[in-house]
Amino acid sequence: MKRWLPLVVFAVLVGFFAKGLFLNPREVPSPFIGKPAPAFSLPVVGNPGAAFSPADMKGKVWLLNVWAPWCVSCRQEHGVLMELSRNQPVPIVGLNWKDKEREAEQLLAQHGSPYLAVPDDLTGKVGIDYGVTGTPETYVIDKAGIIRMKQVGPISPEVWKEKFEPKLKELGA
Amino acid sequence: MIPELGHFALIVALLLALTQAILPLYGAQRGNLTLMSVARPAAQGQFVFVAIAFGCLAYSFLTNDFSVENVARNSFSQLPEIYRFTATWGSHEGSMLLWALILGFWTTAVSVFSRHLPDDMVARVIGIMGLISSGFLAFLLTTSNPFLRLLPAAADGRDMNPLLQDPGMVIHPPMLYMGYVGFSVAFAFAIAALLSGRLDAAWARWSRPWTTVAWAFLTFGIGLGSWWAYNELGWGGWWFWDPTENASFMPWLAGTALIHSLAVTEKRGAFKAWTVLLALTAFSLSLLGTFLVRSGVLSSVHAFATDPARGAFILGFLVVVIGGSLALFAWRAPKMLTGGRFTWFSREALLLSNNVVLLAALGTVLLGTLYPLLLDALGMGKISVGAPYFNAVFVPVIAPALFLMGIGPLARWKEASLPDMVARLKWALAISVATGLLLPLTLKGFNPWATLGFTLSVWIALTVLIGFRERLKHGGRLNSLPRGFWGMQLAHLGMAWGVAGITLVANYQQEHDVRMNVGDHTQLAGYTFTFQGTTERPGPNYRAARGTVEVSQNGKKLFVLHPEKRIYNASGMPMTEAAINYNFFRDIYVALGEPLDDQATTWVVRIFHKPFINWLWIGALFMAIGGFLAASDRRYRIAVKALVPGNTAVQGA
Repeated sequence: MKRWLPLVVFAVLVGFFAKGLFLNPREVPSPFIGKPAPAFSLPVVGNPGAAFSPADMKGKVWLLNVWAPWCVSCRQEHGVLMELSRNQPVPIVGLNWKDKEREAEQLLAQHGSPYLAVPDDLTGKVGIDYGVTGTPETYVIDKAGIIRMKQVGPISPEVWKEKFEPKLKELGA
Repeated sequence: MIPELGHFALIVALLLALTQAILPLYGAQRGNLTLMSVARPAAQGQFVFVAIAFGCLAYSFLTNDFSVENVARNSFSQLPEIYRFTATWGSHEGSMLLWALILGFWTTAVSVFSRHLPDDMVARVIGIMGLISSGFLAFLLTTSNPFLRLLPAAADGRDMNPLLQDPGMVIHPPMLYMGYVGFSVAFAFAIAALLSGRLDAAWARWSRPWTTVAWAFLTFGIGLGSWWAYNELGWGGWWFWDPTENASFMPWLAGTALIHSLAVTEKRGAFKAWTVLLALTAFSLSLLGTFLVRSGVLSSVHAFATDPARGAFILGFLVVVIGGSLALFAWRAPKMLTGGRFTWFSREALLLSNNVVLLAALGTVLLGTLYPLLLDALGMGKISVGAPYFNAVFVPVIAPALFLMGIGPLARWKEASLPDMVARLKWALAISVATGLLLPLTLKGFNPWATLGFTLSVWIALTVLIGFRERLKHGGRLNSLPRGFWGMQLAHLGMAWGVAGITLVANYQQEHDVRMNVGDHTQLAGYTFTFQGTTERPGPNYRAARGTVEVSQNGKKLFVLHPEKRIYNASGMPMTEAAINYNFFRDIYVALGEPLDDQATTWVVRIFHKPFINWLWIGALFMAIGGFLAASDRRYRIAVKALVPGNTAVQGA
């Protein structure tokens, strides 16, 4: 019966593909939207002894950008964030996710940092609390500390204009 | 008016493709010569109408007709003319149209160069290709029409993706598609053989040149794509194991296995079922790649805009084409008699082992590419599989194939003698292992990956030389050796060359990311780099900060590089344009990172010293040339005539 094997393998794959069509690897509806941003306290990259906690940002609209030094699309996004950090008043916090090779500090020193602070989530536990599915992801958090929006994948100038600008305006950033 | 003409031409092409599919296939089944004779004119007519449609779309792009939605989305009035032309296939719709055009081209080529084949074979092959064309044209017309109007027209376009505005991108997609789509010929031959039940050496001989040409195009296309990524992405890498890249690499691996397996089927009549299955697999993987990239099932750096309706259409199409062909295979497989006995150590056995290894390697790539999807579909979370997996798994799996590459061509068919082989190859083996062990010691100390790479590279190169020497010893002259032999040797040499390049650049490249102010110096690999600041420089459709980096060695000025950081006007997208000084032994690659102050006097500058990286592309080029050379062997033209009984010389003349 081995002559049917290729067909069987293909049929199984088709099953997965059909299911896959209804999943979107980029857009994950986050159950956290409208909920308070989970609290955490993490050491800050490049600033030994300091700690960052979302509570520090109370009263501000801010972005939590989950990135990693090993992530290629984050590098693509880095240029856009640099541009934003120069022109936009909204603070960006860069959660350094699972940086096992400890490269973040050096990378940011060399390429410039668009971040107000870089909390160091070495074990990825904070990422789990936030439902991070991959890098880069960006959360918009309002003045009361509620997650208002989540962007999966790199922020391009276009995404910024179409998704972030209206949202930030609405939140009064 | 022109876009409507194009739309109309596409509809006519679909009707002709349906005619080309249905009548000849039915005719071949019934033995009706009149119906079978529809195949050639229908195929050629279909190609003409797809070409008209393609021309209309290209015209809309060249004349900046922003009332066409596709043009408005993917072009821009300030875009240089050459990129306005290539923007024709820069979008999803346009690239599918290019796919259909190239399929039409291949079908027409089959209709012209098949004068010596039996009528029912030609009718079936062209009919199957017509079925595939019908699928693609229906896909274009129903879900991806490039001719849709935008009313009112846009004032200007949104510009082509800046990543695609590169000379490498001008010919990369057409070359790649020539390869992908070219496998449809081998596919159609395999289906035709299954339908007619005539799976013999003649079938393999007919398929071989087509498969080899498609493989050569694919090799060339993948090489170009890698070169483009190296030049354009600004990170100095040349292969990222991105799903889009894997989508082209998997058919290449299957195609490589196929051209070797076809050789055995043609010469020895063995592996028939296996060869047919590979022919089905190679094209199925091309289609699968299209599905994966177009449907949004996988997220990729260069994914096209995705739409579930398109994904559903392609999936349905895959089920019909791949599912149908595999079912036909399962049904017909018992009729395929295995011919040609051989022992465990013979050229057949070696080629079979090589095939198994290639498919195992293919399996690792397929698994890595689909793994995120499989887990996601099973509700087990979302992950991404990156280069570390592929490098760790693929390299050890493919290594045995590279070793076998050295022995296969030297082994005798049917039964080779192991002691004899050892005697012929012992020096080659000793030299390559010694080089592999000693060369890294002279460079940067022992490194198992470098040892593996150097050993295999030298091994392949030496066995190629032995192949020539043995041929010449047995009374051959260099210019009398058949092109098939030359092609194989060149392709194998290209592989040796490429492996050497990969080994050197992967293990010995040096990079340096450095913060530089005007006038700063830095050293890398014995070169001194002096940053002389940036100047504003407007491009046709972008603004650029153009850096000047002077490179000197031992106090002697060598050359000046001008890396650029561009901001594209329409999209606002930042792009890095690396400056590269090429030479045969190394590349010096300089890219601008980010400005670190508002006056843009301090920049992050990224410098790479890439030893022998060009060898990689030279290797790919040699493989492609080898493929073209092998496919032009005169025996394909002569032998075919002799093989077909009752074929008159008049027809062939």
